[in-house]
Amino acid sequence: MPKDHGIGASPKRREDVRFLTGAGNYTDDINVHGQAYVHFLRSDLAHGKINSIDTSAAEGMPGVVKIFTGADFEGVGGLPCGWQVTDKNGEPMKEPAHPVLAQGKVRHVGDPYAAVVADTLEEARNAAEAIVADIEELDPVVDMAAALEAGATKVHDDLSDNLCYDWQFGTDTETTDAAFAKAAHVTKLELVNQRLVANPMEPRVAVGDYSRAGDEHTLYTTSQNPHVIRLLMGAFVLGIPEHKLRVVAPDVGGGFGTKIFHYAEEAFCTFAAKACNRPVKWTSTRSEAFMSDCHGRDHVTTIELALDADNNFLAVRTDTKANMGAYLSTFASSVPTWLHGTLMAGNYKTPAVQVNVKAVFTNTVPVDAYRGAGRPEATFQLERVIDKAARELGVDPIALRRQNFITQFPYATPVAVEYDTGDYEATMAKMEELMDIPGFAARRAESEKNGKLRGLGVNCFIEACGIAPSNLVGQLGARAGLYDAATVRVNATGSISVMVGAHSHGQGHETVFPQVVAEMLGIDESMIDIVHGDTSKIPFGMGTYGSRSLAVCGSAMVRATEKIINKAKKIAGHLLEASESDIELKDGQFTVAGTDKSVAWGDVTLAAYVPHNYPLEDIEPGLEETAFYDPANFTYPAGAYACEVEVDPDTGAVSIEKFVSADDFGNVVNPMIVEGQVHGGIAQGIGQALLENCAYDENGQLLSASYMDYAMPRADDLPHMANYVVDHSCQTPCTHNPLGVKGCGEAGAIGSPPTVVNAVIDALHSGGHTHVSHIDMPVSPSRVWAAINGQ
Amino acid sequence: MTNVTMTVNGKSVTREVKGNTLLSDFLREDLRLTGTHVGCDTSQCGACVVHVNGEAVKSCTMFAAEADGAEVGTIEGQANADGSLNVIQQAFQDHHGLQCGFCTPGMVMSAAALLKDNPKPSEAEIRDYLEGNICRCTGYHNIVKAIMAASGQDVPAVAAE
Repeated sequence: MPKDHGIGASPKRREDVRFLTGAGNYTDDINVHGQAYVHFLRSDLAHGKINSIDTSAAEGMPGVVKIFTGADFEGVGGLPCGWQVTDKNGEPMKEPAHPVLAQGKVRHVGDPYAAVVADTLEEARNAAEAIVADIEELDPVVDMAAALEAGATKVHDDLSDNLCYDWQFGTDTETTDAAFAKAAHVTKLELVNQRLVANPMEPRVAVGDYSRAGDEHTLYTTSQNPHVIRLLMGAFVLGIPEHKLRVVAPDVGGGFGTKIFHYAEEAFCTFAAKACNRPVKWTSTRSEAFMSDCHGRDHVTTIELALDADNNFLAVRTDTKANMGAYLSTFASSVPTWLHGTLMAGNYKTPAVQVNVKAVFTNTVPVDAYRGAGRPEATFQLERVIDKAARELGVDPIALRRQNFITQFPYATPVAVEYDTGDYEATMAKMEELMDIPGFAARRAESEKNGKLRGLGVNCFIEACGIAPSNLVGQLGARAGLYDAATVRVNATGSISVMVGAHSHGQGHETVFPQVVAEMLGIDESMIDIVHGDTSKIPFGMGTYGSRSLAVCGSAMVRATEKIINKAKKIAGHLLEASESDIELKDGQFTVAGTDKSVAWGDVTLAAYVPHNYPLEDIEPGLEETAFYDPANFTYPAGAYACEVEVDPDTGAVSIEKFVSADDFGNVVNPMIVEGQVHGGIAQGIGQALLENCAYDENGQLLSASYMDYAMPRADDLPHMANYVVDHSCQTPCTHNPLGVKGCGEAGAIGSPPTVVNAVIDALHSGGHTHVSHIDMPVSPSRVWAAINGQ
Repeated sequence: MTNVTMTVNGKSVTREVKGNTLLSDFLREDLRLTGTHVGCDTSQCGACVVHVNGEAVKSCTMFAAEADGAEVGTIEGQANADGSLNVIQQAFQDHHGLQCGFCTPGMVMSAAALLKDNPKPSEAEIRDYLEGNICRCTGYHNIVKAIMAASGQDVPAVAAE
């Protein structure tokens, strides 16, 4: 029987009731009395010199409160980058200034250069029409290779060129070259991991408020990490001390990474609320979102795999150009380096792995973490080149992977990380079973009868989650600690509020976190509520990204709950006149071991707050504990994915006919939510593989700036229920966090893109189109048709 | 400015609005019914779907004045009279058909419109019908399940076919 409560159960989500009845409280639902509205003027050029901005005609227009340009922000800081990457020569990365409103130049379509605050949004927009900006068009740099050419136009005039850093990592060149020199076979693949837009369904919103009475600022914002925003914006941009700045991220309608970062609009609304002495609200339109939300991916890579005569992997060497866009976003620099390079060993015991990355500035929207962040890029290139090698060598792609699996743990890779645990054979075997690999030949024959080509794609993946040990990431350049925190506040009658640094924007923390605390205390989950998203209510935590919430913040919550239990046992021991070491807690009852003497949870909590009979000489009254948890290592979820596609050779259309994921997430607290996370991740991975593409033309114009141009996955793009299984039954618990959990939020988006592309290539080969060794994503009908027809 | 009168979730409301006020803005800002969400500006996302005279309508594509005299239903009016979730809402909760909740009101309103016209839709019909509702969290899998369950179909049997 599955459990019906506590760890391992799937209770219905408590947050659903408000979302299903229209009672959610998203940032755009918040209006502060007397608020004004801001409209941003955004560059329609990719690159331009600001000669002048004439606001005089607009200033007297109806409803206008104040008009801002870059000059108004000369006295404040720019938007900071939170990760210092050191290049292969020991030099720090180049860090150009990133003003809140553009100063001197505009550097991408969408770059804000002026803002109108008015009584109504309509008045702000009308006044914006009367602003005359003389912006001289400059040559844009859009393509990364062109940006790196000698003499290329510079995105930032004060930098020597457009190279942010040239980074090398892993095995040294001599060893790597030697491995390639002795290889019996080398497979090389050039590929693009295309630029994507995260597209949470809720556009970003910011509402700034200022109280003169206490010189206090409040920012309501669509953020995954309100404390990070408070720190970055307060300390680095506006110079507001933390105790005078409150950041609230209420219900947030999806994030996927793009709501981690500190954005100009947040700083603007906070700044303008004081300058105007009025609350200021900004609600992004979707078109603005496309040109101002940080984009994801955008890597161009050459990868080589060396194998010996027995098909053992000898070495992997990769060379990637990673697009930073026009400015360095909050964590942009870490994505192609530490979140990508450290995963290039994959699931394999390759002895030599070398990663080279050049990060490049271009006149495009900044690029930063998007679901998976560096790990999808690592997985895609590695699993594609392995598949190509298997085809070149005429060996079974499953067998080739299996032969090279890491089987002993812990395992120190050549790229700095140590996998604590895993069982790649188990997930591969589970995938094979669920996929019914022996039945594939019959299914292919059936497809062929209908004039379709059927392909089978398989691959493995590994990711590093639960980010991250602070001392390690500090050495790697992180300018922050990456612990998290929880406060468990037990009330007098025994109910509990748990204040957590993690932020829930779809992950279901409000349901899952109480399952853990309830299990530990043996009380009903309904007695426990989670408080998150408001810096005035929660301890300093780093928020939610990198599949870290349960592994890091959940661990802090466990530690705080352990402190509660220890103190409660002292109180119970006093009440029961027994030694605390003899007290056992089970099902919400404290019992003296070996006796029938007990007190209930509520008796103990009441005693803590009404300490009439209480060991005041030994312990303080009250029952509230905080823990900060800094993980000892990353966690390493891994798995094996497979899919079958049908390709229509006449049109190039691809349909996904069957999909299986076999993941190892370690222990699972709520299986229903884990499966939901995987469904969502796979949908985004399939979206990348088949549909999505953030496209620029050669002038730096953003071609895909609406849902009419950017192909979001719809319900009929995804596999049907009968042919779709997400499995997480293979579980090797994480060895270093108290729950043994690894994280599941990004797995689907990391694991699935190579699955789909491998299957398409397999289908084309079955139809005799053996000249096609790779198709870049999205594998659209036109690209497949062109590949089939040699174009 | 023009006077607009409509029945929203069974209650008659009258407001003076500008002629260019969208129904979605009217619901959210004038009536403070913030359950109707706006996720795009090109009428693709479907987060703003409401019912106008029983038909599913993207409320960002219609002026409030065009709904003068109409019966309008929003997510706030969908629960049972006793406040409990209606069949579709309950199915969404039972089958984990929502994560961040932003697209959810539109999904529920579209699902209701589908089931009114097609009480036992096939999986393919549901997926086709949801073309105008984008969800970024769930991968639609559990939304489709929830709608099948709300129509009284045996979801585990469908999944095993």
